[in-house]
Amino acid sequence: MTLVLSGLTKAYGGLRVVDNVSLSVPSDGLVGVIGPNGAGKSTLFSLATGFLAADSGTVSFDGRDLTAVAATGRARAGMVRTFQVPREFTHLTVRENLMAAAPGQAGEGLLAVFFRPGAIAAEERAIAARADETLAFLRLDAVAATPAGRLSGGQKKLLELGRALMTGARLILLDEPFAGVNPVLIEELSARIRDLADRGVGFLIIEHDLRALTRLVSTLHVMDRGRLIASGAPAAVLAEPAVRDAYLGGAAA
Amino acid sequence: MDAYLIAIAIVTGIYVLMALGLNLQYGLTGLINFGHVGFFCVGAYAAAILASRGWPAAATFPIAAAVAVAAAWPLGLVSLRLRDDYFAIVSLGFSEVVRLVATSERWLTNGVQGIAGIPRLFADLSGTTQALAVLALLLVLNGLAILAMRRIVASPFGRMIEAIRDNEEAVRALGKDPARFKIQVLMLGAALAGVSGAVYAHYIGFIAPEQFVPLVTFQIWMAIVMGGVGRVSGALVGSGLLMLFLEGSRFLRDLLPFVSEVEMASVRIGVVGLALILFTLYRPQGLMGDFTRR
Repeated sequence: MTLVLSGLTKAYGGLRVVDNVSLSVPSDGLVGVIGPNGAGKSTLFSLATGFLAADSGTVSFDGRDLTAVAATGRARAGMVRTFQVPREFTHLTVRENLMAAAPGQAGEGLLAVFFRPGAIAAEERAIAARADETLAFLRLDAVAATPAGRLSGGQKKLLELGRALMTGARLILLDEPFAGVNPVLIEELSARIRDLADRGVGFLIIEHDLRALTRLVSTLHVMDRGRLIASGAPAAVLAEPAVRDAYLGGAAA
Repeated sequence: MDAYLIAIAIVTGIYVLMALGLNLQYGLTGLINFGHVGFFCVGAYAAAILASRGWPAAATFPIAAAVAVAAAWPLGLVSLRLRDDYFAIVSLGFSEVVRLVATSERWLTNGVQGIAGIPRLFADLSGTTQALAVLALLLVLNGLAILAMRRIVASPFGRMIEAIRDNEEAVRALGKDPARFKIQVLMLGAALAGVSGAVYAHYIGFIAPEQFVPLVTFQIWMAIVMGGVGRVSGALVGSGLLMLFLEGSRFLRDLLPFVSEVEMASVRIGVVGLALILFTLYRPQGLMGDFTRR
């Protein structure tokens, strides 16, 4: 098991937005999280990645307890999230967005900038080559020199995935990767995610597009009002009455 | 008239040094520093105190920079993990604290009377030659600062601070600590303001707390907003524009003879304010264009 969330709870006043949620993602696993709006899915991501502090519960990654580790430390440990609303570096080009994500750059030290320009130039060439590979993999090579703010919503989703890949993350948490992405691109993106899983990258994916998600993941978790109400193989989970109630109940009542 | 123009060029050069620092902080990194004058003040006093005790300018300049950097470091540590708007308030408070310390610690700063008779630079030269030498020094200092800025902008460090400006949360999500970069940027900008303060102290020869009011900070802000935020050329052109408005409005005296001398000082600030309003209305990206149009 790569990522293990155990008993995560977060309350605002009396409202438990995430209530005692436990789940795990294997090292090359494709795991989905669905649930109605407001079910606590994005909050669960924030708790897992350290963007919010949990009231109780633990987060461990590769057997290491990260509960007390800040968001930057968790990302450096190898688990990187994307955001529901893409957070591209608006004024940097697409290639620069990816290059910025490369870890451990000597060129990010001010002394090196002034005293070791040769070493930095070599490092930059290597990072640019990796960025171009990643852009080609994500079919973003045509817009490599475009400022990221000018991309379409779907391209920004791909850009965020590309940045996560550049960090060398072994687990990527995708928050609605298919939202705003056209159907052809969804197929492409799913294929890319499968490729990556084959190479040993784990994914935890929040998504509203059930058709696309159920075809992609091997395990599905359903959240409703902060709780996990079902977990298991996608087809079986979607057939459960409690899940149908959660999704359709509001309309039926 | 020559002397007047050289004097204006010197003061402009002093402003440009400060504007380059603020441009690095706000234009490239997004730091809302409302306390820039505090670092200028620290640098000016450090140079004035040491020079009055016989230290040579070759020593007062680096020490002025070092003291300003030393003031920036703890300020950055305590406040740069806060949200941007909190840092804005904290930095403004910092510059006022610096001014109050300069006012109160009379054993060191001579209080409100200030420090007079600060040794001039190139004192063995005379008249116009001396002024030109100061101007040349400022050109060299600004040239070095501009080269450093260009190097930074083109570097991975520069890419990261622009990423922080664009989206700090995303930077954290990638495992990089924005505060580390912001503290370094604050210290670099403080160094420039500190050196600027040292030149100012040596050039004017007299400093007192009343010269280091927040208005100075906001004049630098006006300069980079008018010139173009996030561009080195913007800091240069903006400082020039600022001086043009500040000095040009002196000649309003001939057009408005019924306004008294004291009132005129307020009118001149009003002119700069009006220019700023017109800029934000009709050319919000500044004269040279801002970072969005690079």
